Amino acid sequence: MPFDIAFIWAGIIAFAVLAYVILDGFDLGVGILFPFFPERHDRDVMMNTVAPVWDGNETWLVLGGGGLMAVFPLAYATILPALYVPIIAMLLGLIFRGVAFEYRWRTTRAQFLWNWAFAGGSMIAAFSQGMALGALVQGISVVNRAYAGHWWDWFSPFTVLTGLAVLVGYALLGATWLVMRTGGDLREKAHSIATKAAIGTVVGMAAVSIWTPFLAPSYLQRWFSWPTAAFSVIVPVLVAGCIALLIYGIRSNRDSLPFVAALGLFVLGFAGIGISFYPFIVPPSVTIWDAAAPYDSMVFLLVGAVILVPTILIYTGYAYWVFRGKMNPDEGYH
Amino acid sequence: MFEGFDALLLARMQFAFTVSFHIIFPAFSIGLASYLFVLNGLWLWKKEKVYFDLFNFWKTIFAVAFGMGVVSGIVMSYQFGTNWAVFSDKAGPVMGPLMGYEVLTAFFLEAGFLGIMLFGLNRVGPKLHFFATGMVALGTLISATWILSANSWMHTPQGFAMNADGQFVPVSWFKIIFNPSFPYRFTHMVLAAYLTTALVVGATGAWHLLKKTAHDRAHTMFSMAMWMAAIVAPLQILAGDAQGLNTLEHQPAKVMAMEGHYESHPNGAPLILFGIPNPAEKRIDYAVEIPKLSSLILKHDLNAPLAGLDTIPDDREPPVAVVFWSFRVMIAIGFAMLGLGLWSLYCRWRKTLDSNVWLHRAAVLMGPAGFIAVLAGWITTEVGRQPYTVYGYLRTVESISPVDAPAVATSLIAFIVVYFFVFGAGTFYILRLMARLPRNPQPALNDGPLRTAGVTPAPAMNAKGRVDDNGGYDDAV
Repeated sequence: MPFDIAFIWAGIIAFAVLAYVILDGFDLGVGILFPFFPERHDRDVMMNTVAPVWDGNETWLVLGGGGLMAVFPLAYATILPALYVPIIAMLLGLIFRGVAFEYRWRTTRAQFLWNWAFAGGSMIAAFSQGMALGALVQGISVVNRAYAGHWWDWFSPFTVLTGLAVLVGYALLGATWLVMRTGGDLREKAHSIATKAAIGTVVGMAAVSIWTPFLAPSYLQRWFSWPTAAFSVIVPVLVAGCIALLIYGIRSNRDSLPFVAALGLFVLGFAGIGISFYPFIVPPSVTIWDAAAPYDSMVFLLVGAVILVPTILIYTGYAYWVFRGKMNPDEGYH
Repeated sequence: MFEGFDALLLARMQFAFTVSFHIIFPAFSIGLASYLFVLNGLWLWKKEKVYFDLFNFWKTIFAVAFGMGVVSGIVMSYQFGTNWAVFSDKAGPVMGPLMGYEVLTAFFLEAGFLGIMLFGLNRVGPKLHFFATGMVALGTLISATWILSANSWMHTPQGFAMNADGQFVPVSWFKIIFNPSFPYRFTHMVLAAYLTTALVVGATGAWHLLKKTAHDRAHTMFSMAMWMAAIVAPLQILAGDAQGLNTLEHQPAKVMAMEGHYESHPNGAPLILFGIPNPAEKRIDYAVEIPKLSSLILKHDLNAPLAGLDTIPDDREPPVAVVFWSFRVMIAIGFAMLGLGLWSLYCRWRKTLDSNVWLHRAAVLMGPAGFIAVLAGWITTEVGRQPYTVYGYLRTVESISPVDAPAVATSLIAFIVVYFFVFGAGTFYILRLMARLPRNPQPALNDGPLRTAGVTPAPAMNAKGRVDDNGGYDDAV
């Protein structure tokens, strides 16, 4: 095929999911860190750093889901029933933390409730996403275009590990985001948390990376056979580079570098999973071509995506630009 | 709680529950976004403070409602996969791209400019801020366009073929998007959103007129809302009638259930005003009817024959009682809205719009009526689509995921508990915001920069010139 549209779409969906993970990752991370900042004013500032952008960040999740249904309907129709429990838990977590952005400012008496909702919802969403990812890596049994397992098959020690790894990873994104966007004592505290979260993230990534090849022989094969083995060399080198930058950024107390390095780690981790998966979209049996929608569905949406995704990136970037720089602690949005 | 229910019934209950909660928020935010755009425009054009004050007042309420709409909407976008996997696999190639376009053209637009609209006035200046408000309003309308197109296609599918896997394969996107019921449903729903918002705004204005607080703002919003009700309510009745005729053409069984016509009427069908559907005996008990009026409305001819549900095989009959009642609730509220609109015109003519307390009380009472009408209308059309998901082609029973009943029951209970708690709290906060119309004076357009951080080229911050969105009231209660 001169122009493999299913492959292009796999790339676009992967981009949407990655955009979601790194963007909502840092704002979920801010929620995860709420318990470490008991001061009301600190929490106000933390929430305000993400208030203008969280909704846009979460829209990438809707694009990932909606896009999957549009162009890989079989993947959408098998992954979601298989991951029923973590998906529902994630949705409920996102409800609590999403409404907390507004509710928290609408009450004093019940503010504690929405602090919990924001922190708890963020943690549940992060942990569920991690478990869902782990369950996908673990493999989903598909027979006759339908999920053929039970509703607790996703649960295993491996998925608990991936859940924790993502939770800690988001905390790192959140902490480094706060280092970049805040000042004073709040920044100092975020800085000290970033150190611990960085260690946790690196340990988590290492544990998941070591465990993954033993889940399925094909993963092992893919990392050690040509041409994908080239990536097996490049990715770990880049990961080491990012870790070095992260450590340097945190130690030299830089503002933006730790956040950028943490983003880099997430991008590389994501690329690593992509290498393990390819060409499957629902391991171990459904490839991107098996799951692909009819050609006309993919073309129709591709025309829009090619024009609209760059446009979205431009105005989303503008929205970030408008709210750039250090938060003024006295600046109240509400 | 749900022992003995099968996964299909539970999944249907879950979808009905989550989508019913969800539709409330877009119905409000579509109308409110447009209203904010109008207020913002009037403020920039006329430079009257009342519009700026009203913009800020409704903006805060919009933020809460929009947040609830976003989170309840994310649930919808994943529920197709969790509970309706077979539907997703088969109809995904048609429905998915429409929803994909909704995300790409509408959700990102709303989300990208919402932050600027809510928090960015002092960072971008009034003109760009107005543009952002416009983009949010436009986003809500684009979103309605795509999702109603997708929904309408499930009612009146066309422009597709079937492939070997049993999937609906798009053949003509033009035919899919502009399927026969889409223009009618879109018009009916957008007008419903505007009307719903007008009633909420009108009730809030009326409440404050009754309370005699903040007369200028209460008067302005009440007057604007009553103009809207008076103009849109009759249009909505016409739009509803047109959609009814369209439904008669494409989904006659639904209209039979709405009308309660169990029997065919070869010589003109009566309009059943009230009655108790008796599905077991297939008749309407205690029917109060006007002879031949149904034929007049649906066929514009007193003696036109109308087929009844006796011509529809039992396994293709929608649940009559639900459709029959929900339709009557919607119609009754629709005419009550028309009555309110006409009454307000009369009071306006008599110059008693601000003083007629009975009009104000009626407007307060009608505040939530739009939501009830929207829900009743959606129940009518969606239950009337049964027993199909894609009308005539894919049955609901064939659309369900291979998922265990306990999984659906557990998640249903979780959704019920969480939704009542979370959205109950949100409704309480919105009502409290509505009840607090500030009395104290606020800075106008040129009173100086507000809430500015030191990164914009705006003039230095005036520490005391900060606009308080709560209008000077403390959050403390």
